[in-house]
Amino acid sequence: MSAGDPTALSTPWVRPSAVFLPRLDPLVIPIGALLGGLLAFSFFLVVLGKAPVDFFSLVYKAGFGTAFSWQNTLSRVAPLLLTALCVALPARLGLVVIGGEGAVVLGGLAAAVAGFALSGAPGAIGIPLMMLAAMLVGGLWIGAVGALRFKRGVNETISSLLMAYVAIALLNHLVESTFRDPASLNKPSTAPLDEALRVGSLFGMDVHWGFAAGIIACIVAWVLIERTTWGFAARIAGGNMRAAQIQGLPVGRLIIGFTAAGGACAGLAGFFEVAAVHGSANGSLISGYGYTGILIAFLARHNPLAIIPVAILLSGFEASSGLIQRRMDLPDATILVLEGFVFVAILVSETLYGRFRIFQPRAEAV
Amino acid sequence: MTQKNLSRRNLLKAGVATGAFAALATTPFRPALAADLTVGFIYVGPKDDFGYNQAHAEGAAAVKAMDGVTVVEEENVPETVAVQKSMESMINFDGAQLLFPTSFGYFDPHILAVAPKNPDVRFQHAGGLWSADKHPKNAGSYFGYIGLGQYLNGITAGHATKSKKIGFVAAKPIPQVLMNINAFLLGARAVDPAITCQVIFTGEWSLAVKEAEATNALADQGCDVITCHVDGPKVVVETAAGRGAYVCGYHANQSPLAPEKYLTGAEWNWAQVYTDMVETRKAGGTIPNFVRGGLSDGFVKMSPLGPAVSDAARNQFEAEKSEIMKGGFLIIKGPINDNKGNVIAPAGKAFAEDDIALESMNYLVEGVIGSVS
Repeated sequence: MSAGDPTALSTPWVRPSAVFLPRLDPLVIPIGALLGGLLAFSFFLVVLGKAPVDFFSLVYKAGFGTAFSWQNTLSRVAPLLLTALCVALPARLGLVVIGGEGAVVLGGLAAAVAGFALSGAPGAIGIPLMMLAAMLVGGLWIGAVGALRFKRGVNETISSLLMAYVAIALLNHLVESTFRDPASLNKPSTAPLDEALRVGSLFGMDVHWGFAAGIIACIVAWVLIERTTWGFAARIAGGNMRAAQIQGLPVGRLIIGFTAAGGACAGLAGFFEVAAVHGSANGSLISGYGYTGILIAFLARHNPLAIIPVAILLSGFEASSGLIQRRMDLPDATILVLEGFVFVAILVSETLYGRFRIFQPRAEAV
Repeated sequence: MTQKNLSRRNLLKAGVATGAFAALATTPFRPALAADLTVGFIYVGPKDDFGYNQAHAEGAAAVKAMDGVTVVEEENVPETVAVQKSMESMINFDGAQLLFPTSFGYFDPHILAVAPKNPDVRFQHAGGLWSADKHPKNAGSYFGYIGLGQYLNGITAGHATKSKKIGFVAAKPIPQVLMNINAFLLGARAVDPAITCQVIFTGEWSLAVKEAEATNALADQGCDVITCHVDGPKVVVETAAGRGAYVCGYHANQSPLAPEKYLTGAEWNWAQVYTDMVETRKAGGTIPNFVRGGLSDGFVKMSPLGPAVSDAARNQFEAEKSEIMKGGFLIIKGPINDNKGNVIAPAGKAFAEDDIALESMNYLVEGVIGSVS
């Protein structure tokens, strides 16, 4: 509606709130749910005999309060942005893919193996090739989930989860046999990457380039699903796959393409873990980033741009986990419980859309 | 109209409540901890895992009891960028000057990334990876030779077994684990050379389901004494005892889990190692960068013998232990073959406990049933 809407003439003046309030619906509800989750968690703390004030001031201090806290938070964000996309992109088609962890570990392994093959190559050549290898393997892994779904009707949620276990077993097997560096005695790993093939920090901060890559990937994903015909077609197919097929949309290519794109993002997360953090592939790659990504994608309601603030918020929570343990004598699972409360609150809030009269366009204006 | 609308009044109320809540959250936090020396401990798993992490946490508890020392701890810290940030957080927020990141995987690349940025902080890593020409001077490593502990476990096992088959649940076929398996079997063979040891690798340091499956499989095959080398032996000990097998412990004392079936166990004695290091640091001295020791150095200790240990077993155990305490005891000594028939050492050749050749061990000795690949 607009001020020029003839039906609006029935009221003496058009309240500005009537224009922008409806747009706030998708902003106010998740934030309200977040606060509701924090409030519920506070009661939990009170029951444990801990002061919520202490808790939240520590979370703020350790997650966002100092320059170090921000670096701590941001250094955890990179893999979460990318693994959240592995959930959010297929979600556009109504697919629930929860096996991004598999693409992370195999992407990391592919990057390490490519890096070994490229030893001696300059970074400008080697690093893009390693990225490509990681994205290719990650994309194939999750793309296979999409192909199984489309060609054989296999439930993508189950198959992606089970394939994550297969991926982890493959990683363990390969770093302990074929790709093992004989010098890695008590922690089987691939050969360490050349210094030229390592990825460094961003502008003197203690945050590696994966953060920038993650932000770019989120923006690209947003453009893909909001501003291209591909994204539009995916949304139609997500709404009703049969109808989309009848309309002649290439549903199979959409499913395989979006799952593969998601997998490529998760594979890229694996590349940055290897090239920026670990320097080789080994069991430490299996650290659950793929699963935290699910939580973030759902909290962001599968909107790639919303993934950025949500991932930063959750990373801040996780950055504060240590200080909470040390100062409040609470177990490390406390932050998991907090995330659980927030997750449930957000899911419950899904039912509230359209229920607030204040956010609805006024009846006479419709 | 079945939709229920929330009134604006209720929404405002909710807004006021959340605002007040936010205001509460910004009140100042507690002052920083004040002490002469702050020591940080970081564990990869839970502190009460009856295993690797508990052994270190018991050491931390001993440090906590010292005067003028504040101990800060974090558990379940993965071997990712998270541990780098945990170390830096302890330095920034708690003023930690001495850190014990205890998981093997924390060293490379994590301690190596953080130590050069914090030259005044000392990083002590459990695992024995430090080398003078490659690594920062403010980092150091310490580790214990626990193989002799498994050898003594083997002696009690050799006396307790009726089937002459003993079992070993192992995480990964890496040198430290292979040494323990070989030592356990050789200890048992010091009692009866006919004994064999079946080993099952789970592939993971901490994977309860596979550990239980492996233990059950060993019991099914007739193994009546079982030990393990995984991060948390709780599942193995309880499952084995539940199947009626005797158990030998590892890492920490698991006798409370199976008081009747527990024979003895090879435990880390980090309390002594840590209090020594903290004492040195407090006195202004320098902790050596590379520290190692075994049973005779007080790095490793044995659990008290359980009620199921016979007098004959007790006598042999005590005799061999006092022999070990003199130092220079040899486990791998010729003539000895691996379980594929290859000669490890001909007669007359032997490997000392700290022989560097043992650190790349890639074989199982004759009598162990299993394969490293």
